Amino acid sequence: MNMEQALQTYIEESRGLLEEMEGILLRIENEARHDADDINAMFRSAHTIKGSAGLFGLDAIVSFTHVVENALDKVRDGALEISGGLVELLLKCCDHIGLLIAAVPNGNGELDAAQAADGDALLAMLRRMLGAEPAEAAVPAMHEAGVACSGGGPLDGDCWHISLAFGRDVLKNGMDPISFIRYLSTIGDIVSVVTDDSALPELGAMDPESCYLAFSIEFKSEADKKTIEDAFEFVRDDCKLRILPPPSHLSAFVERLEHASGNTDMLGQLLIEAGILTDHELEEALAAQARAVAADCSSRPSIGEMLVKEGVVQKEVVDVALEKQRQIREHKAQEAKFIRVNAEKLDELINLVGELVIAGASASLRARRSGDVALLESTSAVSSLVEEIRDGALKLRMVEIGETFSRFQRVVRDVSKELGKDIGLEISGAETELDKTVVEKIGDPLMHLVRNAMDHGIEPAGARAASGKPARGTLRLNAYHDSGSIVIEVADDGGGLNKEKILHKAIEHGVVAPGQALTDQEIYNLIFEAGFSTADKVTNLSGRGVGMDVVKRNIQALRGTVDIDSEPGRGATVRIRLPLTLAIIDGFLVGVGESAFVVPLDMVLECVELPEADRRLAETRNYINLRGEVLPFVRLRDEFEIKAPPGKRENIVVVQYGGQKAGFVVDELLGEFQTVIKPLGSVFRHLKSISGSTILGTGEVALILDVPALLQLGVARDGQMLAHERDRAGFGAYEVSADLTGE
Amino acid sequence: MGALVKGTQSAALNEQEGEEHNQYLTFSLGGEMFAIGILVIKEIIEYGGLTEVPMMPEFIRGVINLRGAVVPVVDLSARFGRKRTEVTRRTCIVIIEVESDDGKHDVGVVVDSVSEVLEIAAGEIEPSPSFGTRIRADFIQGMGKVNGKFVIILSVNNVLSLDDLAMLEHAAGTERQPLPHAGD
Repeated sequence: MNMEQALQTYIEESRGLLEEMEGILLRIENEARHDADDINAMFRSAHTIKGSAGLFGLDAIVSFTHVVENALDKVRDGALEISGGLVELLLKCCDHIGLLIAAVPNGNGELDAAQAADGDALLAMLRRMLGAEPAEAAVPAMHEAGVACSGGGPLDGDCWHISLAFGRDVLKNGMDPISFIRYLSTIGDIVSVVTDDSALPELGAMDPESCYLAFSIEFKSEADKKTIEDAFEFVRDDCKLRILPPPSHLSAFVERLEHASGNTDMLGQLLIEAGILTDHELEEALAAQARAVAADCSSRPSIGEMLVKEGVVQKEVVDVALEKQRQIREHKAQEAKFIRVNAEKLDELINLVGELVIAGASASLRARRSGDVALLESTSAVSSLVEEIRDGALKLRMVEIGETFSRFQRVVRDVSKELGKDIGLEISGAETELDKTVVEKIGDPLMHLVRNAMDHGIEPAGARAASGKPARGTLRLNAYHDSGSIVIEVADDGGGLNKEKILHKAIEHGVVAPGQALTDQEIYNLIFEAGFSTADKVTNLSGRGVGMDVVKRNIQALRGTVDIDSEPGRGATVRIRLPLTLAIIDGFLVGVGESAFVVPLDMVLECVELPEADRRLAETRNYINLRGEVLPFVRLRDEFEIKAPPGKRENIVVVQYGGQKAGFVVDELLGEFQTVIKPLGSVFRHLKSISGSTILGTGEVALILDVPALLQLGVARDGQMLAHERDRAGFGAYEVSADLTGE
Repeated sequence: MGALVKGTQSAALNEQEGEEHNQYLTFSLGGEMFAIGILVIKEIIEYGGLTEVPMMPEFIRGVINLRGAVVPVVDLSARFGRKRTEVTRRTCIVIIEVESDDGKHDVGVVVDSVSEVLEIAAGEIEPSPSFGTRIRADFIQGMGKVNGKFVIILSVNNVLSLDDLAMLEHAAGTERQPLPHAGD
């Protein structure tokens, strides 16, 4: 991996970590409580961002994040209370770190002067909260308490405890035990030395050339364990040496353990990395473990147990190390669960799968024509596999919408502060999955809708109280699957839309003719027209009349629709309906004359024959009686001006979309068919009623019907005819524009 | 046909080394000779496999499947405001690369028959007359003199401007746009 890629990974990771921090902060603020895990998680995030920034030499990020990390450290130790003010400040710090990270690709994470000044101001505020004392001096109180009951060996004060039992032959080897103890004093202060002469034999049995003494030394020193152990290097093989760290070091060890790099999941290595164990001690312990196993094959004492038993390390430290070991292993397991894949590679794969689907359809068509049963069987086996591969490939792109939703926690919080309203966000259906490309494009429209609902939808607290609603307004984001689409709802419990006001405005702007009869739904949907805003005062957030029409356009670009429902005094709900994926659909192939069209299968309810009687009546009326229900239909032959005469029989494909049922009259039903959507290209971008194209097994192109647009067209045509009637009868209070009379 | 395609390819290679735009593919359309600069031509295929797209203006014949990509096909003759090209055994679709704001797109054009690749020196090209060709002036890049006869060299990006094509279609579409927007 080269530096460029590594840096890219760092930026992405840091963004993820920042989002995590932000999420935690918002939760703390909302629930007004927190637990140690939250704070630890935030600390770790800040720490990782800082640490990795250091690797890339991003000094601005390092120095800023360092202060944030200190603050979090204090919170973790209980030295600093996490309050509303601090959460606010930390959120701003998150933003600033985000800015710094965003500035990394261009330049070295340097910001412009104004942003840098903001950063300095934040730092100053943080420092004030931290107080004057340097963060390094803070020693975790809780760790000390934990160490007091250490079982590893006697501990006294803030001293190293060294127990030193010399081997019998140490004098014969020319070593003087006293000189080692003296040498110790060069690296620290010897507080006390207790000589243990219990091993001394009867005077008669004593060998004057043997050493029987052991020493227990309290030793005060800043040196690390390795240095102390090195003092005894020459007698290392000839004595039994135990060095126990002082209590304050213990907490430092615990700290270091917690921040171990995670390069290894071996307990011994972990302890060595944290400076608790030395290589030599580990070797000894391993040897002892091997001996224990050799002596009793049935039980294998763990290395941790061995270390505690030998009195090399305190039990508390081992426990922490074991916990850390478990974490690292878990982390590794999680890492294995996810693989970062370049989105381009994924797209390429899905394109290929698309081609495979087409080629597969072509092969089965040939097989069916040949009538070879064995061939048919194998092609159908291939088809079902291809189908599975297709589903699998598409699932790779599916992501949960929850991540997009949770971004709005922050938006809602900030905007409600700005507006001076108390608004809470409720999220449901966060686990609903949809295509990544759709997710990426839905963020902006959602942002508009959320802001709009907060600004115009939810009333100020006073008005809410007057109408007997809880003072805290609620905004709801919801998502669910519905007949091959995903529906995303943005709902508020505000005042709802004002029908009269909208209508008045629409007439004023000439969008609607006075006296034109509109349903409530139609009136509500007028707010998606360009330049339409009923807000009396233009605020910073919304009210300029851009926004809602942009929302509509963006959603239509994704082959989606948007509509709004409102209940006066109870609130409004904006419903966005989007296709699950932009790549492949299951289609139903129909033929009209020479042409073939594809209807998205998830919208098809059933197919019925157009009864002869209704066929004759089709000149005057376009509906049939479907088992007691009125079913309006669209004749594709007329709609598309296909000249070929109709066949003996015609069929109706019954479709359902957004609660509406309708039929399409076609000649032939050609069956189900998997289709890869191919965009029709910009030449056809204004073409309504066709949403795309696909390639049939024969290599020919078939057009995919845009069902919602066709239904709308049907509705509109009736309106047009009626308008004609009215015009002819002289009732038209307005002039019919040229494009209507032009036909 | 195969030989011809090969010929255009090698010609295109020569083109890159030599001077600019002096090789042209000539073809006939309604008895008249036209030419298009060879650099924008991707390939020439037999007419067939065309799917009509409803509610499109006359000059959009439909779409074809070009090795997995869906390519629109324009009837040049109809584009010039004449009658539609009649399909014969020699009718071809010339695949042309058109540049637009959002990148390069392939567009097919229907021609009666392709003739040959010709070299026309810059000095042999006259500016287009202000009238008399019965073709929009901005469609014509110049009039090339070949063997004492004129060939109309087309300005591809104008004839097949995607924005233009889409807009015309939009105009055609609004005819059917039935919502009574009163007052506009």
